[in-house]
Order: sequence, then structure tokens, then C-alpha cells
Amino acid sequence: MRHFIDRRLNPKDKNLGNRQRFIRRAKEQIRQKINESIQGRKIADVGSGETISIPTRSIHEPHFRHSRQGGFREGVLGGNKEFSTGDRIRKPQGGQGKGGGKEGADSGEGDDDFQFALTRDEFLDLFFEDLELPDLVKKDLQELHATKPQRAGFTTAGTPTRLAIRRTMRNSLGRRLVLHRPADAELEEVEAEIARIEAEEEDDFPGLEALYARQEALQSRRRLVAFIDPLDIRYRNYQPRPQPNSKAVMFCLMDVSGSMGEREKDLAKRFFILLHLFLQRRYDRIDLVFIRHTHQASVVDEDTFFYSRETGGTVVSSAIVEMLHEIKERYSPREWNIYAAQASDGENFAGDSDYCAKLMLEEVMPQLQYYAYVEILDEREIELFANPQVGAALWRSYRDVAARHDNFAMKRVGRAADIYPVFRELFAKREG
Amino acid sequence: MVIATPAVKRAEPLFEGTEWTFDLVHRLYEEIEIVALEDLGLDVYPNQLEIISSEQMLDAYASLGMPILYRHWSFGKRFARDQRLYQKGVTGLAYEIVINSNPCISYNMEDNSAALHTLVMAHAAFGHNHFFKNNYLFREWTDAESILDFLDYARRFVGACEERYGLSEVEAVLDAAHALMDHGVFRYHRRPEPTQKELQERRSRIADEQERSYNDLWRTVPRDPSRPEPTLAEIEAKERKKALHLPEENLLYFLEMHSPNLKDWQRELLSIVRQLAQYFYPQRQTKVMNEGCATFVHHHIVNALYEKGLLSEGAMLEILHSHSNVVFQPEFDDPRYSGLNPYTLGFNMMCDIKRIVTEPKDEDYEWFPDLAGTGDWRAALKHAWANYRDESFIQQYLSPKLIRDMRLFVLADQSEESFYRVADIHDERGYRHVRQSLARGYDPGTADPDIQVVDADLRGDRVLRVQHTVRDGIPLDSKDRDLALKHLQHLWGYGVSMVAVDRDTGTVLEESQAAKGA
Repeated sequence: MRHFIDRRLNPKDKNLGNRQRFIRRAKEQIRQKINESIQGRKIADVGSGETISIPTRSIHEPHFRHSRQGGFREGVLGGNKEFSTGDRIRKPQGGQGKGGGKEGADSGEGDDDFQFALTRDEFLDLFFEDLELPDLVKKDLQELHATKPQRAGFTTAGTPTRLAIRRTMRNSLGRRLVLHRPADAELEEVEAEIARIEAEEEDDFPGLEALYARQEALQSRRRLVAFIDPLDIRYRNYQPRPQPNSKAVMFCLMDVSGSMGEREKDLAKRFFILLHLFLQRRYDRIDLVFIRHTHQASVVDEDTFFYSRETGGTVVSSAIVEMLHEIKERYSPREWNIYAAQASDGENFAGDSDYCAKLMLEEVMPQLQYYAYVEILDEREIELFANPQVGAALWRSYRDVAARHDNFAMKRVGRAADIYPVFRELFAKREG
Repeated sequence: MVIATPAVKRAEPLFEGTEWTFDLVHRLYEEIEIVALEDLGLDVYPNQLEIISSEQMLDAYASLGMPILYRHWSFGKRFARDQRLYQKGVTGLAYEIVINSNPCISYNMEDNSAALHTLVMAHAAFGHNHFFKNNYLFREWTDAESILDFLDYARRFVGACEERYGLSEVEAVLDAAHALMDHGVFRYHRRPEPTQKELQERRSRIADEQERSYNDLWRTVPRDPSRPEPTLAEIEAKERKKALHLPEENLLYFLEMHSPNLKDWQRELLSIVRQLAQYFYPQRQTKVMNEGCATFVHHHIVNALYEKGLLSEGAMLEILHSHSNVVFQPEFDDPRYSGLNPYTLGFNMMCDIKRIVTEPKDEDYEWFPDLAGTGDWRAALKHAWANYRDESFIQQYLSPKLIRDMRLFVLADQSEESFYRVADIHDERGYRHVRQSLARGYDPGTADPDIQVVDADLRGDRVLRVQHTVRDGIPLDSKDRDLALKHLQHLWGYGVSMVAVDRDTGTVLEESQAAKGA
């Protein structure tokens, strides 16, 4: 007796529950690794999955087992070549040796780290958890492509609301013509004739029988060839199409003078990553432009942007001028959606802040989709600057800009969770 | 290996090339079945063959090869590891997985070629299947009829507990139970508990006997002065242990029955893990025989099909290639060496039994007087498959010839010495020692540490006393021991102490504790 079953079409991911439990178990280690890996990653790569390795300590499964050392043991090995009874073989130094081959390694793992691949979703989940993103936004960011139903011809199956009446009627007409469905007029003509003859009470009119027969024939033909047959019915078909995306450019502006330390840069990086994820969701192509500045600004690559150090004063306007220059040269607002994100510790050269505000108001903002500014502070300072009214020159100047433009957002950030509110409006407005 | 020369009458091969269809697999199955039942005379459960994708194979790996299993993070861990290894190309996947159930479920990979399907069906659906149905360990200890229902129940029960008591609560119990899983099996059948009626009868019989044989004279006989009267504490301890059936080596069972702190659902979780461990225990004891049996069966069947002309030469070559991969045994100094390959050892021994039965040498008459030259190798093999486990099988059947062929030798390792000693090799003096030493290596009773509950004073300090009987001075891995003790403590709820006692001298080597709340 036998029975063959094709299981290939069964639902996959039988282990999803186990996997979720596993990730939950090792969450702390995984999160730590993710934080480390964010530092090492390019902004544009954050959206992909990652192979990470975590210490086995947290996910070790202990059981009572023999130690690999100590005591007397014996093992049988195969393939003897030259040994005879009583031979002595020097033990390898420093290692645990062969141990007689008796003991298997603990399910193939040593003390090495446990490596496995995180999917994009799992990675982002943990990344977002740090940033304390609202659920709706999380979901939004994880879906790479928005789709929109688009007309795509006709189908024979569908819901009544999508009935394509004209197409259905056209099919019906064609079929009626080909199958010679008697038209209403034809039947009416015969019926009128019968009525006329009957009215004249010419009972024995010779044609009457023939007329009855014809009427009967016409009616039965009409019954056979329906006016609308299920065959004719067509429904409008919709297919999900990715939304027409165009291209965007994202400017990352950062102060790299000495006062920006590791922590500040790490926060800034998260800030940029989040904006990039948002843009990735909406645009097919995103160019990243990194502009760093001290008292002068330059366009650099990502590594230099985050990891090399410059000394010098701080003139914020130099970066804005550089950005305007780039926009003029390469990214015409007619073709590109322009986003900018600026991170700074809030210092600026005396008198420069007003110039910044003027530039922003007159030249930058009219060309931009969105401008997000974060001032990265020490966690202790956050308390001092709780009131948005107070602040250094740059902060005050930017407040004027924010007052006049909806698409300008600014925020003081002391820890990772503070970053999201900068974008709140961006997400709310676009996705709401 | 020699491909037998084709018989005169040849049928058309059932297939050419590698593609398979369900129709073809059906026909292959029928032909295999004819050889398996009529030629070999196998006795099998009905077969349920399932074609699965590689992803599903990975899923099956993670859940210990079972079609359904309760959820636990360790299975997720296993899945993540296997998936990564597979995707990196470090390890391939098995061609098949077979489950000891009735009907006997075997999973075949969709990527297998038609030739491999033939091999796999012969191997799993007939070889393993016959072994599961006939070997005494499986017959005694596992219930093939109900395992799937049990797994389904376990999954639902664990799920319901998670919902009711929270993931962490359930996880804590399962983690602890998994840590003790190796010590959650019964190795021997216990005598059934006497019923109340039997107890009553026994008691009255004893009372009658005492009355009948009462003699006042005994009272006047002085006690043996060398044996001091037992103290009250000793008597109490003795009775306590008797009531708890101590010593007890099934730790999970003991906790399930006597742990003072567990709730009913927690006891049920322990019981589930324990039953799972018990279900797998026969498989651990019969790795060599089970694979040897299946490999021998597939080898015989495909050769028979080839002789009938039902397999083309190309298919046969592919099958032989896979077969020799499976029974590949690197030598001990090869970097690929990782112990003896159970497939090789098992297959060699099965072939060797056939040889002893049909073409014995003088030596074989001396070593196997009951077996040599009896002629019916099918019966001899089936007898072996039914009545032995690895340890006893090797002890009984490993022949000097095979020891010579595989060039087996015994290496002894005394940890204080700076060298290994070659204790015995494949020569006249060494055969018995090699055989014994190899057999012992396959006995879980020897390979697993001997750990037993020896005392638990539920009315006193409630400390659970566990004893590790140290064999040959081999200690436990101390790091793992302490972690596992913590798990034991968690389930017990009060303190736990473990002593390591040397088996031969009885001296206490080490003591370790896991205190409550530590």
C-alpha cells in the first residue's frame, strides 16, 4: 500500500514561529550587532538584510555532558597503516587532541559566534525599535513599492461593480448577429400580423397557421439565443502597478568640525538613514550627495563624510552655498525631487546664521521638497534647551524659516528616539 | 562493488535521463515493492511518500525531522544555522527524511533525479520502514500509530500555554526540559505498579507468614555487634527513598512526578519533552543498524532492478555514485575524518553477515558457529535487524575479517599522559578488544553521563540530591554542568546539589550546588 503526496505547494515558512522566538531570545545581542553594523554600513545599504553573528552565550543550550578532557577513554578508529599494539603517539600540543573520536562536538558548534542571516524586515524592525517609530510608519517604510491598481484590459471573471457594460453589449450584439437571434421588430411584425388577422376574424385565413408556426419558431429561437449570455460578460480588469516613481536627490549636510564626536556622528547617520529609507520607498532612483563643512564646504564620498576629521571654524552657509551650486549644476528641480537633511551641533560663525536664513528663504526652500534639520546635543543639554524659543543664533534664524515654510522641519536630538519627530510631518503629510 | 552481469531476459528500462514524473515514481515504486516484498521478504508499514522542496527540507531539519512540532526558539536557531550553511554551500541536504510512524512517512526532495528517487524509495520506504516496524526497541518503546497525533497535541498544548501563561514562562520550562532531555528516558522497563488488590493480598500474605513462623526464641538471639543498629534518620531516609522510587535516572520523570513547585501545565510540558526524548531514544541506539539495514536494502533492490533491465546503465551509475558517497569512509588521518561513518560500518556488517552465511571461511566457523554456512542470509539478516541494537549487534556480529578490512584499531587516552597508546589493532590478540570497545562506544548508557536522583527530603530541607557516577575518571563539562544544574533547580524550585562519585572506589570527587534564587 502506498500513497504519494505532493507537498511542494504547501505553505512555506513553517518555521516562522520558531524564528520569531529565536530572534526574541537573542534580541539584545542582535540589536547590539545591528547598531555596530549601522556604523559600518553605507546609508543606502541599510535597507537590505544582513548576515550577523552573535555570541553563542545567550543561545547556548546546555546539557549534562562529558568533558573533553580528563580521565581515561578509548576509541576505535579506522584505516590503521603502520601502528602495532603498544605504540605511542604523541598528543598534539595545545589542542584537545582526538580524544579517541568518541565525543562529537556539541552539534557542530564550537565557541565561535553563531552566524545567521537576518531578513530586511527583521533588520528594519530592530532598527526602528531604537528610533521608536510609530507602527504605521514602520509598516510604510518596510513596503518597498507602493502599488496602484491600473486598468489592464478585460477579464471574464470579476465583481458586478466592475462590469464593463459596453464591452459586454458589444459581445452580445456580435453573438446575436452571428446566431441570427430574431430582432424584436421581426417578432413584433409577426405578432402584429396575427393580431390584425385575428381582429378581422378571418379564422380560416390560410396563412394563419404558418404565422403561428413562425411566431413559435421566432420565440423559441429567442429563448435559445439569449439576449445576454454569460459568454458575453466582461469585467474591467485591474492590475497592481507600481506607482510611477521618479528620481530624487538627497543632500546630507553635516558640520564636521572638532565638536562633532563619534556619538554625534552616529546620531546624524541614523537621521540620514531614516530619511533615505523614506525616500527609497517613494522613488526609484535616489542620488545621495554628501556635503561636509567646516568654514568651507566640499562634496565628498560617504566614508570621508562620516569618518574623516577636519579642523577649522564653522560657517554653515558655506554648505548651503555648495548645495545650491550642486542643484544648479546637476539636479534641476524640474527633474529631481530634492530633499535635504542637515545635522549640526548648532554652532555657527557669528553673523553667518542670518545669512543662512536669508539663503534658505530666498533660494533654497522654493526649490526643495523637504528640509530637515537636527541639532545634536548632549543628553544633558536637552533639558536646558527644552524650550524651542531659546537657542543659539542658527537655531533662532532657522525658526524664522520654519515659521514660513511647512516643509521645513527642525528638532533638537539627544538620543536616537528623538530623531523620528523631525520627520513626523513628512510622513504624516505624504502618507496620511 | 561489482555490477552483476545482466540476466538473459531484459526488460526495457523504466526511464532514461533525469526527469521524473508522478507516473514514473509510481511505477518505480511498484517495481521496488516487488523486489522488497517478494525477494527480500520485508515487512513494512504502509508508505506515505511526500515530495518536498529544499526549503521544506530545511523546515523538517529544524523540527527534528518531524512533520509537526511545538514551537521553541532552539528550532529557530537550528533553522537559521542550517539555512545559512545550505545557502553558503557548506552542506548539502539529505535526499530523504523518514519518520517512524504508521503510515511510514518519507520525504523525498523534488530536486532528486529519477535515479535518486529510486534509491531513496528503496532506502527509506523499505529499508528504514522495515527496521522501524521490526526492531525490538521500536516495537517496545515507540508507538508508531500515535506519534503524529501526539505531536499535534503537543503543538496545540504548548501553543495554548503560551497564550495563557506567556511566552517567557513556557520558554523557561521548555529550556530547562530540553537541557535534561538526554536524562529523560527510561532505559529499562519497570515492573508495573501493583494494584491495590495485589498490595492487599501481599500484605496479608506477609502477615500470615509472620504469624505462622513466630518463634519467641528469636528475640533472645543477640544482635551482630559489628552491624550497628540503624539510626532513626537512616531508617527515615531509607523509607523516603523507597516511597520516591529512588534512585531514579529519568530526571524529567522524577521532576514531573515529585517536583514540589510545578503547576499542572508545567508537568505536562515536561511530560511532552520526555515522551519526545523516549521516542528518539531507540533511534540513538540503532544508528548503525538502521542505516546499515536501509543501505543494504537499497543496494540489493537497485541491483535487482538493474538485473531485470529496469534501470539503464546511466541511472545505475548515478545510483552507484550516490551510494559510494554515502558509504565513504575517510581514514583516521584524513582531514575529512570525523569518526566511523555509521552507513559504512552498518552496510559492511550487513554484507559481511551475508558472506558468513553463504561463503564462510574457517575462521568464521570458529567465531560464528551458529551462523556460518547456514545458507539463508535473508533470514539471518532479518533476525539481526529485529533483535539487536548497535551495541549488542556489534558485540555479536563484528567479524575478524571486517576488522581487518576496515583496519580498525583501539586508541587509548589517559589524560595525564602526553601520548595516546595504541591499545589493540586488527590482529588475533586484538579482535575481541576492538569489538568490545567499538560496541561500548555505541551504547548511550556508556556515552551519556550516568546521572541519578538519589535523595530528596520533601519534609526537610527539600534539597534535590543528584549523583553523577564517574566512569573512568571522565568528569562533566563544568560550564555546561552548572548551567544545566540551574535548569534543574528551576524545575525543582528548591536547592539542588550534585556529587560526582567514582564508580569503582566510591569516593566523592566533586560537589556542586545550585541554590534557590541563584
